[in-house]
Amino acid sequence: MGRGKPCQTSASKKYLQRYGTPMFGYYLQLGLRSLRRNPMLTALMVMAIGFGVSASMITYSVFRAVSGNPIPEKSSQLFAPQVDNWGPQQNQDGEPPGALTYTDAMAFLRAHQASRQTLIYRVMLSALPTRANSIPVAAGGYAVTGDFFPMFNVPFLYGSGWNGSDDENRAADVVLTQEFNQRMFGGANTVGREITLSGHDYRIVGVMKHWDPKPRFFGVWGESGFNDPPDYYVLLNRMLDLKVDTWGRNSCRGDLSFTSYDQWLQSNCVWLMPWVELDTSSDAARYRHFLEGYAADQQRAGRFAWSPNVRLDNVMEWLEKQKVVPPESRISLVVASAFFAICLVNTIGLLLAKFMRRASEIGVRRALGATRHEIYAQYLIEAAAVGLAGGLLGLLLTAIGMSGVGLLFAPEIAQLAHMDISLIGLTLVVAIFATVTAAFYPAWRAAQVQPAWQLKSN
Amino acid sequence: MQIQPILTALRRHKAGTLLIALQIALTLAIVCNALFIIHQRLSHLSEPSGVDEANVFVVTSMWGEQYSKQEEVAKIQQDLATLRQLPGVQDVAAGNSYPLSTSGWDNFVTMTPEQVKPTTDASVYAGDEHFVRTLGLKLIAGRDFRADEVANLGNRENIIPPVVIVSKALADKLFPKGDALGKAFYSMSSTPTTIIGIVETLHRQDVDTWSAPYAGESLIWPARLVRSMSTRYLVRAKPGQLEAAMREAPKALYAENRMRMIDPKDGILSFAQVRERAFERDRGMAILMGIICVVLLAITGAGIVGLTSFWVGQRRRQIGVRRALGATHRDILHYFLTENLLISLGGIAIGVLLTFGLNLWLVTRFELKVMPLAYVLGGVVILLLLGQSAVFAPALRASRVPPVEATRPV
Repeated sequence: MGRGKPCQTSASKKYLQRYGTPMFGYYLQLGLRSLRRNPMLTALMVMAIGFGVSASMITYSVFRAVSGNPIPEKSSQLFAPQVDNWGPQQNQDGEPPGALTYTDAMAFLRAHQASRQTLIYRVMLSALPTRANSIPVAAGGYAVTGDFFPMFNVPFLYGSGWNGSDDENRAADVVLTQEFNQRMFGGANTVGREITLSGHDYRIVGVMKHWDPKPRFFGVWGESGFNDPPDYYVLLNRMLDLKVDTWGRNSCRGDLSFTSYDQWLQSNCVWLMPWVELDTSSDAARYRHFLEGYAADQQRAGRFAWSPNVRLDNVMEWLEKQKVVPPESRISLVVASAFFAICLVNTIGLLLAKFMRRASEIGVRRALGATRHEIYAQYLIEAAAVGLAGGLLGLLLTAIGMSGVGLLFAPEIAQLAHMDISLIGLTLVVAIFATVTAAFYPAWRAAQVQPAWQLKSN
Repeated sequence: MQIQPILTALRRHKAGTLLIALQIALTLAIVCNALFIIHQRLSHLSEPSGVDEANVFVVTSMWGEQYSKQEEVAKIQQDLATLRQLPGVQDVAAGNSYPLSTSGWDNFVTMTPEQVKPTTDASVYAGDEHFVRTLGLKLIAGRDFRADEVANLGNRENIIPPVVIVSKALADKLFPKGDALGKAFYSMSSTPTTIIGIVETLHRQDVDTWSAPYAGESLIWPARLVRSMSTRYLVRAKPGQLEAAMREAPKALYAENRMRMIDPKDGILSFAQVRERAFERDRGMAILMGIICVVLLAITGAGIVGLTSFWVGQRRRQIGVRRALGATHRDILHYFLTENLLISLGGIAIGVLLTFGLNLWLVTRFELKVMPLAYVLGGVVILLLLGQSAVFAPALRASRVPPVEATRPV
C-alpha cells in the first residue's frame, strides 16, 4: 500500500494537469444546463434508458433468484449419484432416470462409500393441533436419513438431527421446521416431546432454525424447487416400516406387475432421491468408480442387460440438468436485455443529434483553447448525467415493476424477486455505464469538430 | 421523387442513418419474436379441456385419520352421497385428477405387450361411472362405464382394468383408420385394455412442453383410487349455482366427518381457477412480451422523431434554398418521408435476417416453434407504418420552412 500511494498520486496529478478538477464541476454544470436546453430530447433519452434498464433489472432479479446457488459453501462437495436401471431402450436420451429404485437406493446406503449420504422422499401426513376441537392439518415433509442435517448444514434452534444408530434402530424421530413448530406448539422448545402424525407418535429430536434454500436443490427431481417449504423431516426407515407412500414423483418403465406396496418396492420404479457428500475430488473419483463397479455387478448378476451408465452431478450440475430455471425466466431476460440494447442504440442516435446541434458552440470553445480531450470529457460527463437520470427513473420503474411481477411469473417464483441494495446499485451502475459507453462515439464526433470550419460557416 | 439526391444526402449522415437502420432492424427482430411468443402462449390459454367449465368445481380432501381399504371405500361413498344431497349439485364423481390439474399420472401405451418403444403416452384418469357425465365430456362413440366395472384400487395395486374410455386424440393416434372402438391396447401391463367409449375432447392433466407431442391424448379407467391420502371429488353444479355449491360443499363434508383436510388455498377450485392456475405462466409471458413490444415501438418511434427533427433543424437553410428554387410543401414532405422509407427498408433487410436468427436460437435453446413468415410480414408492415408516422410531424415542420430561410445566416 505504502509504495502504491505516491504512484497513484502522480497518476491523478497527471489527470489534474490534463483535465483539471475544478473543470469537472464546471462540465457537470454545463451538462445539466444543456440537458435543460432540449427538454424533449433529454426526456426521450432518460425514458429510453429508464425503461431499458428497468425491464432488464426486473427480469434479472427473477433470473438471479431462480438460478442462484442454494448452498454456495458446499455445492461442489454434494453430489446426486445416479445409475441407469432402465437401460438404453427405455431411459430418456441415454440419461439415467434421476432418482433411484428402492433396491439401488438401499444398496448405496449400505455400501457407505461416501463420508455422508442420505435418501430423500416426499411424504404427506396429517397433524392434529393441540387445541381442543381442532381439525387436522395436512403437513408435508421429507423422509430423510440422519446424515441429511450435517451434510446440508441445517441450522438448529433446539436440539439437533438424529444419528446413524437411530436410523439403524428405525426410531420414530422427527425434526420440525421453525415455522411448523411455531404453528403447532407456539414456538416452544419441543425437543423430547411427542407429535402425532397420521395416527403415529414421533419423538421431536430437533427444531430447525429457518432454513429454506431456493431452489430446494435436494428435491428438484420431483418438484419445481420453489414450492412451499416442508413442515418436518422424518426418519426414513420409520416411514418405510409404516409403508408411507411417496407424495412426490414416482416414475416407472415397462410392464408393471406389482399389486402391493412390497412388490412396488422391488419394481423398476424410481422415487428415492439420493445425495452424497464427497469432500475432495479424489473422493468423488473413488465414488464414481464405486458406482461403475455397482452397475457392472448388476450387469454380471443379470439385473441390468447393459453396460454401466452412471452419473455423479454436483449441486449446480444437478440444477442445470433438472432444468430448474424456468424457460420463461431465461427468455424474458434475453428479450429484456435485447430491449435494453435497442434503447442504447436509440440513445447513441439522440446523443449524436444533441451534441452535433452544438457544433458551433464546440467550435467557439475549441477556438478559445479547449483541447479535444476537454470536449470529450465534457460530453462524457454530460452523458453520465443522462445515465444517472435514466438510472433513477429506471429505479422507480423497477420498484413499480416489482409489485407487478406476480402478474408475469408464477407466484412461487415471483415472490423470490425482490429489490435490495445490490439491485439498486446495479441499476444505477448499469444505467450510467451503458449511457457513457453509448456516448463514446457521439462525444468523439463532437471532439472532432473543426473550430475554423465552424467559425467560418458562422 | 428522385432517390439519388436523398442517397447523396444520407451519405453525409452516415452515423445517424446507420443508427436508425440498426434500431429498426433490432426492433423488428424483437417485436416479431415477441409477437410470436405471445401468440403461442395465448393459444395455450384457449386450449379446450373438454370439461363443462362453467359448472364444474373440484374438491381435494385428505383424510385426517388412517383407514383400512374397506373403511376408506365406505368413507368415499359417504362423501359422494353427502355432496349429491346438496341442493345446488347435479352430479358428483370420484377421480384421481382432472384436466389441467398440472400434476398427475401418465402411462406409456403400446399395441402389443412385448413392444418396448411405446407408441405414445397417455394422461391417465381413474374415474367412476359418474366421471364422464359429471365433467360433461362428450361421448362420441361407444358407452359410459357401468357401476359394476369400477374397481377399487388400493395403495400400489397396479391392476389394469379390462375396459377403457379414451379421448379421440388418443384413439386416432393408436388407430388412425378410425376403428378404435372395441380394439385393445396395452399400457405398461401384460393384460390388454379394450376401448369401450371415445370422448371428443379430454385435455391432459399436465400443460408442460414435453407432452406437446401427446396433446389431448388421455384415457379413463373405471377405477376408484383408495390410497389413504387424498381423494378428489369432481362436482357439477346445477346451472347458475356454482358459487353456492362451492360454499356448501366443504361445510357439508366437514359436518359429515371432521377428520379431514381441505386445503384453504387450493382445496376447492372452480374450473375457471383451475384454468387460470394452469396457464398463469403463459399469461405472464404474454403480458411481459406485450409490454416490451409496446414500449419498444414507442421508443423506436420517439427515436426516429428525435433524429429526424435534428436533421430538419440542420437543413433549414437547404430546405429554404429548395423552396426558393420552386419546390412545393409537398415536395419537401415527400423528401423526408422517402428518406425514412429508404432507411427503414435498409433496416428491415437486416432485421429480417436478425429475426430469423433470433427465432432459430430460441428454437434450439427453448424448444420454441419455427416462426411462420406471416409474423415477419406483419412486423415489417408495423415498422414501416411506425417509421412513416414518426417522421410525419418533423417532415411537416420541414415543409413549412419559408423560402426566405435561404437568405438568412444560420
